[in-house]
Amino acid sequence: MKDLMIRPERCMGCRSCETACAIAHSESKSLFLAIGEKPAPKKRINLEPVPDLGVSLPITCRHCKDAPCVSVCPTKAIYQDENASMISYDPNLCVDCWTCSTVCSRFTPLYHMILVMGCWTSSMNHNRKVISRQAEAGIKCDLCEGRDMPACVEACPTHALVFAEVNEV
Amino acid sequence: MKTEIDEKSIDLASQKILQKAEEEGIETAWDRYEKQLPQCSFGQLGVCCRNCNMGPCRIDPFGEGAQKGICGATADIIVARNFLRMIAAGAAAHSDHARDAVLTFKKMSEGEAGSYRIKDEAKLLSLASEYGIPSDGKSLEEIAANLADVLLQEFGKQDGHLQCTKRVPKSRLKLWAELGIEPRGIDREIVECMHRTHIGVDNDAVHILLQGLRTGISDGWGGSMIATDVQDILFGTPQPRKSTVNLGVLSRDKVNVIVHGHEPILSEMIVEAAEDPELLKLAEEKGAAGINVIGICCTGNETLMRHGIPIAGNFLQQELAVITGAVEAMVVDVQCIMPSLGELTGCYHTKFISTSPKADFPNTVRMEFHEDRAYETAKEIVRTAVENFPNRIPEKVTIPEEKQECMAGFSAEAILNALGGSPDPLIEAITGGAVRGIGAVVGCNNVKIKHNYGHVNLVKELIKNNVLVVTTGCNAIACAEAGLLLPEASEMAGDGLKAVCKALGIPPVLHMGSCVDISRILVLASAIANRLGVDISDLPAAGAAPEWMSEKAVSIGAYVVSSGVFTVLGTIPAVLGSQAVTSLLTGGLNDVVRASFAVEPDPLKAADLMLEHIDEKRKALGLN
Repeated sequence: MKDLMIRPERCMGCRSCETACAIAHSESKSLFLAIGEKPAPKKRINLEPVPDLGVSLPITCRHCKDAPCVSVCPTKAIYQDENASMISYDPNLCVDCWTCSTVCSRFTPLYHMILVMGCWTSSMNHNRKVISRQAEAGIKCDLCEGRDMPACVEACPTHALVFAEVNEV
Repeated sequence: MKTEIDEKSIDLASQKILQKAEEEGIETAWDRYEKQLPQCSFGQLGVCCRNCNMGPCRIDPFGEGAQKGICGATADIIVARNFLRMIAAGAAAHSDHARDAVLTFKKMSEGEAGSYRIKDEAKLLSLASEYGIPSDGKSLEEIAANLADVLLQEFGKQDGHLQCTKRVPKSRLKLWAELGIEPRGIDREIVECMHRTHIGVDNDAVHILLQGLRTGISDGWGGSMIATDVQDILFGTPQPRKSTVNLGVLSRDKVNVIVHGHEPILSEMIVEAAEDPELLKLAEEKGAAGINVIGICCTGNETLMRHGIPIAGNFLQQELAVITGAVEAMVVDVQCIMPSLGELTGCYHTKFISTSPKADFPNTVRMEFHEDRAYETAKEIVRTAVENFPNRIPEKVTIPEEKQECMAGFSAEAILNALGGSPDPLIEAITGGAVRGIGAVVGCNNVKIKHNYGHVNLVKELIKNNVLVVTTGCNAIACAEAGLLLPEASEMAGDGLKAVCKALGIPPVLHMGSCVDISRILVLASAIANRLGVDISDLPAAGAAPEWMSEKAVSIGAYVVSSGVFTVLGTIPAVLGSQAVTSLLTGGLNDVVRASFAVEPDPLKAADLMLEHIDEKRKALGLN
């Protein structure tokens, strides 16, 4: 199945994915009209800087129904609500083992990069912030249902985001 | 996601050449536009600031992320500053053009630019008297020298205000004085824009925008107006004349020399050089039936207005002209010249010749132009084109048959002449209701709007509703291509306008020149307002720029609205990231300068907005 994949080495930090995501989830679907909408449209992708790596990462969580990250979390720091609609994260239980990221298909390339660069925790931390923020707001990445291509992928000028068969990347 | 060719332009000739480009694998502006999509949201909204090296800073338009730049600048401040910089750049472009015209004028008066002459003595004398230069007992050259000195001072003036603004109706000048936006030296306003937008200077959106209006006025009633006046003295004030437009004006058997850009200083000489017997003989030797000078963009408008030189097209047709494969030389000066022409001309035999000391492009042949040997340079350029004729590759040549007759050359003077010497007949037509109002439709092409679709449909809708249209720049060329610049086009007009056009033998759309010549529209509007004893903002008139793209257009917008003309823009300016700036420009300005902007990409709806405005003004004047 196709999924959104992140190639962090290509990210220029322009935040085009964020605005495209917000517009795709607005009433009007137009930048110029969406900025006036109340409530303001919410984005499901966040550009997070990773100071240790000197890079920025467009991070997005799909809150998968059979979320592999939940099933592998040894401390239940990542857990799913009753309807299996939202993943949540409890920082008090997290031991920074990064097992969750090793099983998240969209983060696999990122995980490899981080392994190579010898940095784990800062990136994990940011990843979890996104998960928590989305859980609080009750929103999640839906891969832009109804569109052929997620808006963030279409908007990314450097192809840091791709929409591809998971095993192809 | 490739756009279909008939979605790119409404013009058949352009469509045919776009088809040729596709077949030959040649890239055009439309292809490059597609590769830019989607365009950056921060840029589109104007909320990106790069004015200092702590940035770039961006404001999150959806309110979740950063709401201030590092220095604390809000979206309002950033948007206003960016807008001001666009006005400054646009005013700089027009005014620097004007400065060069005045410098040529000065050199001519000193006998150092032998190829130039005074072609309109009457305009020289009237301008000299306007600037307070006594002409008794002086030769024309002496008067010209004195006038040139005074005009040059307008650029660096340190005391008082610009002389040209005295042409504005008194009530408007008073309003500007009260608002503190009477322009001082032309250069000073532009420099002050740059100063104010430096980090930590002017950080109040309204205060910033007022400087934008002042800078715009220094362009419209200063730089642009000086450029128009001086060019008229040097090259003659345009009078109505017929010519032809569109890509079909390229010749199959003659040497095609295209002059493209904005300044007539060089192109005037090229027009002359193309008639030089020596070069005509050379052309014959090279197997050509003659030399065909053609214009593009505003250089084209200048040579069309003064000599009836045909025009191959407007901004978005510059690449298409080369793709015909029939252009021996693409000669450019400044402004709106696509750098892509360098690579593109390399695909054909075309020589890409850049002439301005200010402007160079990739892959050009440099033939720098200086007044003292103007004619010699022009001859060298034409010679280069002629010698290139045998290199034309016949199998690569496609010239569309589409060309259209047009009538151009309606300077303010020519319009007043056509009216019998005073604006009264036009005023009577307006007060009597035959002419509902005046629409000034100007501006560029923009790939975001189907080429010429915005221009032609807006203008057609206006004339259908009895609005007399005055036009300049790329809109004028679009109208010409659509056949709207002919007296016969009055058949497309409403009954009232049709009758007026027929009586005067004029088209319903009057070509008033290049984009610096919007100053002519201001002069005409002033003449009408003064005659009626009202302000420009009281006139049943409205402006539009349906396909604008350049910074010059932003400056034009600023001075047209400052002058009291409600103006509809067809493409969205980068201001929507600030609610405050947007609502000021589209509404609040009414309380300041009694005119404002509107944005409407649909030309028919834009025409409705203009008609609504015209009707309101008619009502206020007690006309029905």
